[in-house]
Amino acid sequence: MLEIKDLNAWYGESHILHGVDFNVQEGEVVTLLGRNGAGKTTTMKSIMGLVPRREGHVVFKGGETIGMMPNQIARAGIALCPEERGIFGSLSVTENLMLPPIVAPGGLSVDEIYTLFPNLKERARTAHGTRLSGGEQQMLAIGRILRTGAKMLLLDEPTEGLAPVIVQQIGRTIREIKNRGFTVLLVEQNFRFAATVADRHYVMEHGKIIDMIPNEQLEANMDKLHDYLGV
Amino acid sequence: MIMIFGIPGPLLFGQLLLGLINGAFYAMLSLGLAVIFGMLNIINFAHGALFMMGAFAAWMLLNYFDIGYFPALILAPLLVGAFGIFLEKTIISRLYKLDHLYGLLLTFGLSLVIEGLFRNGYGSSGMPYRIPSLLQGATDLGFMFMPNYRGWVVLAAFVVCTATWLIIEKTSLGATLRAATENAPLVQAFGVNVPRLITLTYGGGIALAAFAGVLAAPIYSVNPNMGSNFINTVFAVVVIGGMGSILGSIVTGFGLGVVEGLTKVFYPQASATVVFVVMVIVLLTRPRGLFGKAA
Repeated sequence: MLEIKDLNAWYGESHILHGVDFNVQEGEVVTLLGRNGAGKTTTMKSIMGLVPRREGHVVFKGGETIGMMPNQIARAGIALCPEERGIFGSLSVTENLMLPPIVAPGGLSVDEIYTLFPNLKERARTAHGTRLSGGEQQMLAIGRILRTGAKMLLLDEPTEGLAPVIVQQIGRTIREIKNRGFTVLLVEQNFRFAATVADRHYVMEHGKIIDMIPNEQLEANMDKLHDYLGV
Repeated sequence: MIMIFGIPGPLLFGQLLLGLINGAFYAMLSLGLAVIFGMLNIINFAHGALFMMGAFAAWMLLNYFDIGYFPALILAPLLVGAFGIFLEKTIISRLYKLDHLYGLLLTFGLSLVIEGLFRNGYGSSGMPYRIPSLLQGATDLGFMFMPNYRGWVVLAAFVVCTATWLIIEKTSLGATLRAATENAPLVQAFGVNVPRLITLTYGGGIALAAFAGVLAAPIYSVNPNMGSNFINTVFAVVVIGGMGSILGSIVTGFGLGVVEGLTKVFYPQASATVVFVVMVIVLLTRPRGLFGKAA
């Protein structure tokens, strides 16, 4: 579904990604693990075309997207739930939810999103999206991209700073959308959470993929992983 | 004769109406500036020149093509708006990655060039534009006579400002605009063609200025300086209302027009400076303006 080859990215003079290679198969949940500054978020932004300069190959459903604008990449069917959630304070909760345009048929209806996240329904009339709690904002950030019909979802640290009960709810949501046939690329710091949702894990360091661990071999590789992540 | 605070009623109401008229223009112009500043992050100094082009477009349509006032009210904003889109596409869009100051300098330069070209072609004495026959004459309101055209200007400005506010605050297009003002890259990553949205926003803001220009043509003479006469006060209105605030620019525009009008009655010497006195007071007490949001 998503094939990344020799991806390089720069912010101004600083070279952040040094030839990233990995792939995500249709229907998989794949995580990018790694320490702070390893290049996980930059990888997400590079897939979406949101970095000033990128080179290499990002092939989505067989089509090269490296020369496309972010809006064209979104229209091709990739949706981003950004780091820090990206909820708009000048928009109401409903406006935030309805903001991303539909890019393909087969997205979730608003009712289905409310079933997944009952809190959102209660808070739908809130005038400013940023008045929601951190957990509710995260649900809104995930919910609004489920509506668009994009089948490839990029979730950048959806559990960051959230209470354990909310993290569990996000985990259930990811398993639910996987069952519905969505493909997910997930950035995580928390590999214990990642282990509950993912099929495979890629480990990043210094702007490169340095290892790939299938989820069923995670336990066996625990020492190595501790080493990589410095935990 | 009715006296109010020792002032003859008709004089007071007359100045109040004049104030509302000026306020209508302040509101329409600062509204466009606010929308453009929000989306493009550019302080559009060329706004006055494009307002003037709206008035000239109406004059040219009438004198060269025999197209009257009401069609011009639609056509002139379209023509000048298209010119704005051309400016945005070819020149202004090159500055988005730079500091505000560059946009200010560029649009200031553009306004000098545009006004210079019109001064060259039409002189600076000004040309009359007749009030359309439908709106000539005056109505007796009981406490004063109101020239029909002036009433029409206040009404039209109010309707256009309200419509713009509704579009921005209540429609999905408006929500997209507000979101892009906050975080344009993310909105683009959702699949919205943000560069095109920015171009259309500039065109829309300019069309609004040109619409104001057509409304102004029969009141002020059509001359190349008519925009610069307004624009200083309009920038003060934008600062008082709060940079980028839509509601702020509408309310402050009308409000300051009235304040100016009343000052003409009670203390005429201060009428040219009162807006700037208000600006100083507002900046000292609320640096983000009356309707500005905290950082």
